[in-house]
Amino acid sequence: MTTSTAKSTDRAAYLAGVQDGMPFVLMAAPFATVFGVVATDAGLTLAQALGFSVLVIAGASQFAAVQLMVENASIAFVLLAALAVNLRMAMYSASLVPYLGQAPMWKRVFVAYLTFDQTFIGSVARYETRPEMTIAQRVMYFLGLATPITPVWIIMTLVGILAGTAIPETWALDFAIPIMFLAMVAPIMKSLAHVAAALVSIGVALALVDLPSGTGLLIAAVAAMVTGAMVETVMERRAR
Amino acid sequence: MNYSTTEIWGIILLLGAGTFLIRFSFLGLIGNRQLPPVVLRLLRFTPVAVLPGMVAPLVLWPVATGGDPDPVRLTAAAVTVIVAFWTRNALWGMGAGAAALYTGLGVTALF
Repeated sequence: MTTSTAKSTDRAAYLAGVQDGMPFVLMAAPFATVFGVVATDAGLTLAQALGFSVLVIAGASQFAAVQLMVENASIAFVLLAALAVNLRMAMYSASLVPYLGQAPMWKRVFVAYLTFDQTFIGSVARYETRPEMTIAQRVMYFLGLATPITPVWIIMTLVGILAGTAIPETWALDFAIPIMFLAMVAPIMKSLAHVAAALVSIGVALALVDLPSGTGLLIAAVAAMVTGAMVETVMERRAR
Repeated sequence: MNYSTTEIWGIILLLGAGTFLIRFSFLGLIGNRQLPPVVLRLLRFTPVAVLPGMVAPLVLWPVATGGDPDPVRLTAAAVTVIVAFWTRNALWGMGAGAAALYTGLGVTALF
């Protein structure tokens, strides 16, 4: 009885994740298609371009790597620059520990592979508002979030490779990514501390935009996290 | 592009492995050990610390306009934030932002 109840709530958590993960597709589809086009233009074979989307599965770093490969950068530099773009995900990984750290190792391996900006921010937003979720439900919700976006990412890369022509610029799909992330961040501005953190993140990132790939963002993120934590501490002391 | 096939596959495999290790890092290694309260407090701000900084340059200096600030995109970004904040719903924000973007682009195309 208990087992079957647990199973059905796990299933419900998974389905809720799938539902909440559907909108991600709107952004992933054009982004992946453009990657397929760019990678093919750069001279990568079908298998290589697809290999990027399956094995790396991190859009911004895939673009960075291909761009540097077009410029014939040294292999070490291609790797360093593209990995720097992904370093923010180490912060995501750390943030997931309080929620998913107790999950079995094999589940954490899956979660790690499927940690994207969207799945991370979507899952944490849910975990924060529903502290009663079990570890198993949290994992299922996370996998649900990743379910629509992951195959679309890979298939649309293939479409881009095969179609070989970019989406017309008049569609302004470049702005799908900013709109999606802004829409995801705004609802989690829960306190003055969150707003302060976001403002510091924006200010420092803009000031350091000329630093090599991803490093400015990392510094901005650390400064913003410290700001948020400090403001929150001060507010708590005042409230007492 | 002057890399051999082996070199290209080397880049893809190493980048894939490296990216996975970054994603796995803390979640895989710390596991169920308790993090200090200070660290937990810092980590709670990760989403609002990373995403605004990641998006800000894209909003202010869009690639599509050659890096020049674009009133239409700035307006669309503002509408997205306001609606998503007000409704506490990302979907409404996305919808309103997209509507503002295409309305703005349509209007600028007409005149």
